[in-house]
Amino acid sequence: MAATGVTIPLIPAKASKVPDHVFSSAMLACGLSLLAVVVLIVIELVLQSKLSIHAFGLKFFKGTNWDPVAGDFGALPFIYGTIVSSLVALVIAIPLSLGVAVFITEMCPKPLRGTISFMTELLAAIPSVVYGLWAIFVLAPLLRSYVQPWLARYFGWTGLFTGPPFGVGMLAAGIVLAIMIVPIIASITREVLTAVPQQQREAVLALGATRWEMIRMGVLRNARTGIVGAIILGLGRALGETMAVTMVIGNTPQIAKSLLAPGYTMASVIANEFTEATGDLYLSALVEIGLGLFLVTIVVNILAGLLVWSVTRGLPARVRA
Amino acid sequence: MNWKRVLMDRFATGFAVLMAALVVAPLLAVFGYLLVRGVGSLNLAFFTHLPVPVGEKGGGVANAIVGSAMILGIASLIGVPWGIGAGIYLAEYGRGSFASLLRFTADVLNGVPSIVIGIVAYALVVVPQKHFSALSGGVALGIMMIPTITRATEEVLLLVPLSVREAAWGLGVARWRATLSVTLRTASAGVITAVMLAFARIAGETAPLLFTAFGNQFWNFNPNQPTAALPLQLFVYAISPFDEWHRLAWACALVLIALLVGAVTAVRLAARRGVFQGAS
Repeated sequence: MAATGVTIPLIPAKASKVPDHVFSSAMLACGLSLLAVVVLIVIELVLQSKLSIHAFGLKFFKGTNWDPVAGDFGALPFIYGTIVSSLVALVIAIPLSLGVAVFITEMCPKPLRGTISFMTELLAAIPSVVYGLWAIFVLAPLLRSYVQPWLARYFGWTGLFTGPPFGVGMLAAGIVLAIMIVPIIASITREVLTAVPQQQREAVLALGATRWEMIRMGVLRNARTGIVGAIILGLGRALGETMAVTMVIGNTPQIAKSLLAPGYTMASVIANEFTEATGDLYLSALVEIGLGLFLVTIVVNILAGLLVWSVTRGLPARVRA
Repeated sequence: MNWKRVLMDRFATGFAVLMAALVVAPLLAVFGYLLVRGVGSLNLAFFTHLPVPVGEKGGGVANAIVGSAMILGIASLIGVPWGIGAGIYLAEYGRGSFASLLRFTADVLNGVPSIVIGIVAYALVVVPQKHFSALSGGVALGIMMIPTITRATEEVLLLVPLSVREAAWGLGVARWRATLSVTLRTASAGVITAVMLAFARIAGETAPLLFTAFGNQFWNFNPNQPTAALPLQLFVYAISPFDEWHRLAWACALVLIALLVGAVTAVRLAARRGVFQGAS
């Protein structure tokens, strides 16, 4: 994570002037306040969720009942929905993003390379809410009429695809999330693959390997730590994604085994109910879900950062941008 | 060569090509639908009129476009100087474990879900003021801009050769002046790119605006009042049960995407053609 490059000496010829001190202090303040913002986020989340933490304790994360009228709040259905929709997204996104990353770095003809990586980047630039709109009016009807009946007929025995095809639900949310995290996983995987020294490839090819064997033994094996990091980073993004999921997951706080059934995620419940929350306990319970989401994404992101960093640390700064 | 190995190679190549095609497909699908559904819904009224109540035809989102501009303006006022300042600190002054801690903090902040930032902006600005406002939305989005700009500014500043700084110092230029008018200016291409990318990232953000800017059906030019924003309006229209509103949702999405893709493409082209004379 540490940036490499030139090391700038701390004391140039004309140091120790008042304006210089003012300037460097101002810049230090900018840097320090970054730390302050993160601390402030933690403090605010804890303060605002105090009521709910006191009222429910650890039971909050085990309870399955979400009843604002009775003042009984349990977050398990939301945790379940967040985890399951993110896992569905990962299952779909991993082969897609690894495939496209390998294609761009190892196979793609030079003239096409820029175009395809640009298109992958564009996917990341589309706002969540636009994906949601597309998913409501295009993806969900498609799933309802064609994909879900087919899944239910041929894979219904697994128990994962039972029940009426609503279109909206866990599966739809997972697919939209997958489309959204593919560019993240793909771009970091590409960086990691680029970081594998060219000699590795040449050495394996010189032994008479086919291109696939070269990729498998020379490239993927060397880059696997970084690839795992990229996938976890994608997971971190999927866990916290709000709008698109809210628009297609069905927003029903239940724990259903079937992926065709509607669900609810931690981010969605905050988005939907925060402005309508009546009563301090209700609001506080929503903030506590936010606190949980914050802590989980932080841990996931740190883990991913360490893994990616362990592979790309030798590279000049530009490549990692 | 063994035919099994050749076959495996062909299969792997085919798989990678298929995956690349499948990744590009949703992009084309989204853009295709946006164009088909969006262009037909665009008209002058869309840009100049206020939203109309359910049941009436026509209407526009002029107030949301103005509101978005206001919120994004506030966010940039907060995020850009702050982010560049922190980047300058990390590149020019940051040393040792404290700087590493700050870098790490920026990465942590970058990973915080936008909805959580929204809760914090709510607690910090909306609760004390006791009403929703464009200001609180700007604060939320501004905080989201900082880490992107900070890390990218640091990287491009470190690409400026030491000799450039030394030349400035050798002329007797004060250190702060050298940093601002020599180092930062040399790296301006990269910094501008970073700012544009951060801007593109927050321009479509909806989640943190739900309970900060809140939305508004009427004109509002006061940053201290609830304000409409394009992504918010799009969300409201999309989840509504009315066909007329769905039509407007597609139009909102098209305008939003046109702005974002325009910004990203412009930056990319400019960077490639060397329009900004960078340090590298």
